[in-house]
Amino acid sequence: MAVISYIDAVTMALREEMKRDERVFVLGEDVGVRGGVFRATNGLIEDFGEDRVLDTPLAESAIVGVGIGAAAYGMRPVAEIQFADFIMPAVNQIISEAAKFRYRSNNDWHCPLVVRAPYGGGVHGALYHSQSVEAIFANVPGLKIVAPSTPYDVKGLLKAAIRDEDPVLFFEHKRCYRLIKGEVPEDDYTLPIGKADVKREGTDITVISYGLTLHFALQAAEELEKEGISAHVLDLRTLYPLDKEAIVEAASKTGKVLIIHEDNKEGGIGGEVSAIIAEECLFELDAPIKRLCGPDIPAMPYSPTLEKFYMLNPEKVKEAMRDLAEF
Amino acid sequence: MATKVLMPQLGESVTEGTISRWLVSPGDTVKKYDPLCEVSTDKVNAEVPSSVSGTITEIVVPEGETVAVGALICYIEAENGQTGMEQPDGAAPARQSSPDKSEESAETQRPAARDKAKSVDRSGKARYSPAVLALAEKHNIDLNQVEGTGRGGRITRKDVLRFVEQGDGAAPRQTATTTAPTALRERTQPVSVEQGTEVGETQQIGEITVNPGDKVIPVSSVRRTIASRMVQSKHEAPHAWTMVEADVTRLVQYRNKIKDDFERNEGLKLTFLPFFIKAVVESLKEYPILNSVWAEDQIVIRKDINISIAVATEEALYVPVIKNADRLSILGIARAIDDLARKTRENRLTLDDMQGGTFTVNNTGSFGSIQSMPIINHPQAAIMSVEAITRKPVVIDDMIAIRDRVNLCLSLDHRILDGLVCGRFLQSVKQKVENMDANMTIY
Repeated sequence: MAVISYIDAVTMALREEMKRDERVFVLGEDVGVRGGVFRATNGLIEDFGEDRVLDTPLAESAIVGVGIGAAAYGMRPVAEIQFADFIMPAVNQIISEAAKFRYRSNNDWHCPLVVRAPYGGGVHGALYHSQSVEAIFANVPGLKIVAPSTPYDVKGLLKAAIRDEDPVLFFEHKRCYRLIKGEVPEDDYTLPIGKADVKREGTDITVISYGLTLHFALQAAEELEKEGISAHVLDLRTLYPLDKEAIVEAASKTGKVLIIHEDNKEGGIGGEVSAIIAEECLFELDAPIKRLCGPDIPAMPYSPTLEKFYMLNPEKVKEAMRDLAEF
Repeated sequence: MATKVLMPQLGESVTEGTISRWLVSPGDTVKKYDPLCEVSTDKVNAEVPSSVSGTITEIVVPEGETVAVGALICYIEAENGQTGMEQPDGAAPARQSSPDKSEESAETQRPAARDKAKSVDRSGKARYSPAVLALAEKHNIDLNQVEGTGRGGRITRKDVLRFVEQGDGAAPRQTATTTAPTALRERTQPVSVEQGTEVGETQQIGEITVNPGDKVIPVSSVRRTIASRMVQSKHEAPHAWTMVEADVTRLVQYRNKIKDDFERNEGLKLTFLPFFIKAVVESLKEYPILNSVWAEDQIVIRKDINISIAVATEEALYVPVIKNADRLSILGIARAIDDLARKTRENRLTLDDMQGGTFTVNNTGSFGSIQSMPIINHPQAAIMSVEAITRKPVVIDDMIAIRDRVNLCLSLDHRILDGLVCGRFLQSVKQKVENMDANMTIY
């Protein structure tokens, strides 16, 4: 099995789906000739032509709006938002239109649209190229939010998202693109949306995370193992709707839960995860539910020192995990 | 070396405490933090935990005795030479955990230094997580026996699971923590068997064979009267029995709130009994058939409501009567009880004090009973016993709450009464006591 990078898994999934189903097409800023600013759509225009790989104007509302229209027409559009930070002009299209299509037409219409968007910091992108925007969409029924952390999950979940009959926001952590590599089968497979995944079994503490910080947790768990601390690590994979069953099961396993994400702490996904645990398994808890998240400040700083302060890293994660283990 | 255990300071202004109950006896082995005895003061009731692990060698202060804070109450022979704390305030560290101020600074220390700090910090010992409590309940574990490995000596879920795995919980010790009845608590004395003559050789008294070493006590006239009354009642009146459980949380809160002022103003302690008698009296007004007597082939319903109350002394049980209890306030009933109880103890009860009862209320909760089947006070129609008020988890609207609950037991003469009317009567009493709170008046 080939070891490929996170971003190559994105390309692989797109290529396979476009080959499998000719209704699938991609559109976005610079996705064609340029192959995407991150090169996620590299080579697609050569293989599938400019009718199925559309370079669009710099208008996110149009990218998503065209996608919704095409989806209604029976196509399988995969819209790329160049940076998740730029999704804001398309929020109306996503929340007011795509999410409500099926509901307001009483099931007559639906919207099989995928919106891909690279999110997250750690790439010296500063204010407008580093944001985590998942929480904004995480209380909009009608949407699904997927945020994979490994190449294997990227391929399986992106293919599942494209085949889903309803709109899916597919957030890719841009720091993971070339940092994270892993084994990815070449055959056709999908992974279920809405299912979390245990990435590491452990008995002392439970860490729940997704995206880049999940890798920090896995790395820290590795090191803490030597200190005799055994960490159970759950990858949420789908942020909306959350996999309540897996969350409760993972929390119950150790009774000590640390939720980690790069997004701001207040109002973040972690708060919802924490509420599920508090509601469903209070009597399994052996410690207060802890969150380790980005600070509640408006955006990622540009200064490298401050960016480092803002970003989580394996050291910070390890410290928080040890602290909880010792409680 | 024997460690001295001293009467702890159980409150800022508390200067003395009464040993209400010893939970250990000389020769018992105890672990550190095991409860040794229950202490009551005018402010709080609390347990005194052991400051060391070891063996109880001597109990210095007997039950019921009041001693000053700092007074020696017992000796413990500490195991492997450890010495306990002799400071009065040091004797009860487990009950009041203070926020760990050193924690913040410990965070910044090196791990080694933190480990060192952990070995002395016991602030987390008595702070239990939901998981720990749930597991302890499930496996019936006394958490005092579990060694905590968490921060500040906190018992972690893993500690409990390990304890269960090792089978340490196989013989769970009965814990005597919060089960002490809240009901009127009179000092009880053991039945005296000091008098009486020890038998030297085997004798025959009726059907009973008396062996050497047995004691024979001649029956006093009071005892004889009690015996014949009991036999007569059980023999003549077909007893039936029923019980309801009432939620007296509000009453407990109300009484606890006013009892200190009451004692200061009125010069007597406010117990729960007057409240229950009040409820009984009001319910008797609604169901007068319970305030009646079986007389040959007629039933006599009494106009007056005179409540007999059971007062125990060392030798005997008396049932003096609160006359016209329906005309008395809570204060009036409390005074009447106090008066009759004092007269009983001082042996000054007159015949008039003992006559005319129409219904009996028996305060069995005073000695911790939670259920009893009283014998009807002949020739009355029924008797109700008020059991100990205990704190219990109960289900209210699909939620679990901790409530003060009390059992009300009724024995009835089935010749006069049937289950239906008695059930209604008990429901009425229950409803009344459950609604007693700050909205009522005691004057």
